[in-house]
Amino acid sequence: MLEVREIHTYYGDSHVLQGVSFEVNKGEVVCLLGRNGAGKTTTMRSVMGVVPPREGKITFLGEETTGLPPYRMVKKGMAYVPEDRRVFPDLTVEENLEVAYIAARREGRWNVEVILELFPMLNRLRNRKAGHLSGGEQQLMVIARALMANPAMLILDEPCEGLAPIIVEELEGVIMEIRQEVTILLAEQNAPFALRVSHRGYVIEKGRIKFHGTTKELMENQEIQSRYLAL
Amino acid sequence: MKGMAKIGVLVLTIAFLFLFPQFAGAFPVLFLTEIIIFSLFAMSFNLLFGYTGLLSFGHAAFFGLGGYAMALLAQHYHISMIPSLFISMVVAGASAAIIGFFCIRRDEIYFAMLTLGFGMMVFTLVHQWRSLTGGSDGITGFEVPVLDLMVKKFQLFSPWSFYYFALVVCLIFTLFLWMVIHSPFGLILRSMRENAERVSFIGIDIKFYRWIAFIIAGLVAGVAGGLFAMYDRMASPSMVHWTMSAKPVLMTILGGSRVFFGPVLGALIFYLLEHTITQYTQSWMIFLGAILIPIVIFFPEGVLGTLISWGKRFMKGAGHGG
Repeated sequence: MLEVREIHTYYGDSHVLQGVSFEVNKGEVVCLLGRNGAGKTTTMRSVMGVVPPREGKITFLGEETTGLPPYRMVKKGMAYVPEDRRVFPDLTVEENLEVAYIAARREGRWNVEVILELFPMLNRLRNRKAGHLSGGEQQLMVIARALMANPAMLILDEPCEGLAPIIVEELEGVIMEIRQEVTILLAEQNAPFALRVSHRGYVIEKGRIKFHGTTKELMENQEIQSRYLAL
Repeated sequence: MKGMAKIGVLVLTIAFLFLFPQFAGAFPVLFLTEIIIFSLFAMSFNLLFGYTGLLSFGHAAFFGLGGYAMALLAQHYHISMIPSLFISMVVAGASAAIIGFFCIRRDEIYFAMLTLGFGMMVFTLVHQWRSLTGGSDGITGFEVPVLDLMVKKFQLFSPWSFYYFALVVCLIFTLFLWMVIHSPFGLILRSMRENAERVSFIGIDIKFYRWIAFIIAGLVAGVAGGLFAMYDRMASPSMVHWTMSAKPVLMTILGGSRVFFGPVLGALIFYLLEHTITQYTQSWMIFLGAILIPIVIFFPEGVLGTLISWGKRFMKGAGHGG
């Protein structure tokens, strides 16, 4: 579904991604693991077109999408939840979801009613201004909003960061539920969480992929665990 | 309950606006005509400012171009009122399409500076192109076009008949702006105000949406400008000057940018203050400044915005009590 070949991405002069390659197949949940600053977020921003790579090639659903702007990626079926999880604070929860549905214009399983069934916590808050939600509720809402585009693939950047354990549990349930229909690429520092929900993983370090394998292989590899994941 | 109160106030206000000239003399009617026209101008500005998050310092360009188009048509072509106003609207909208095409490429202070720059260019053009615009003298000495409603023709010479015409036009365009803001398109505009980058992540080409909002704001400002030129019997360079661009900014901040009718209340307060203070001193801007500063510091939601949030708090308190 997504194929990333040898991408090099720069922020100004600093060479952040130095030839990253990976792929995500339909129906998979794939995680990118690595420490802070390893290049996880930059990889996702490159795929999404926020920071287009200077070299390399990105193919999504059989078409080359290298350098397409984010809104075009959404129209092609890619949804993105960045780590800073910004809601539209002055709009209600329902309006936040509705606007994403209107914007993407992609028919599919998700609409406001279906999504609020999947997120009962949000259903109770549907008329509340999103800016008044707690951090965890906002995170769930931003994921719900991304699903409103009826994406073929969802990119989640550090969805667990700063969330209370109970919200992480809820999030895990949601991911297990949606992974039946949406392919997911996940960046996480919380390796145990990522390994529980993913099928495969890549370990990234200093802008390069150091290792990849199934979650089982990742969990059994002591060296990877201690060197890159700091468990 | 809340909705009912809103509709009640709206109906009473519109009824008052229609009945007012029956009891009032020429001066109050003229005064209110100007307030109504400026309310529409300020609301068109607020589509960009309050609803899209773009602060324009050049909105007078479209107000002025609408006014000049109207005056030129009245002077040279003598066509009736509605087609003239329509052409003025199109002229303003087309200019907004061209100017907006460049301005929407940036946001925040850069957008403000671009609109200011284009506004000054339009002013210079209007001011220097004497053969067309009359330069600093402006365009005067034309007759107000006849209002031709097919079944009946109306002369709009008297302040009373012009008042009613301006009121109806402004109400129609107010309704139009309300529909724009409450449409799916309006929801996208409001999201862009909240966080433009995030809107691109839900699949929106923000530049395109900003451009359309800019054009709509320009069209409506052109209508207000066309009305104003007829009201004033003149199109003058002051209509396109940057100080004219500041008026809707001040009115909107006074009244409240996050409330649909905020700019209307702002225009009313602005004119009442100007009228009252200039009876005592010519330097009324000092007093306007002295009033604006505490409003911006203590009531950033503006007068109407603040009143509404007080009302909400009061209702909530009453609800808990009962």
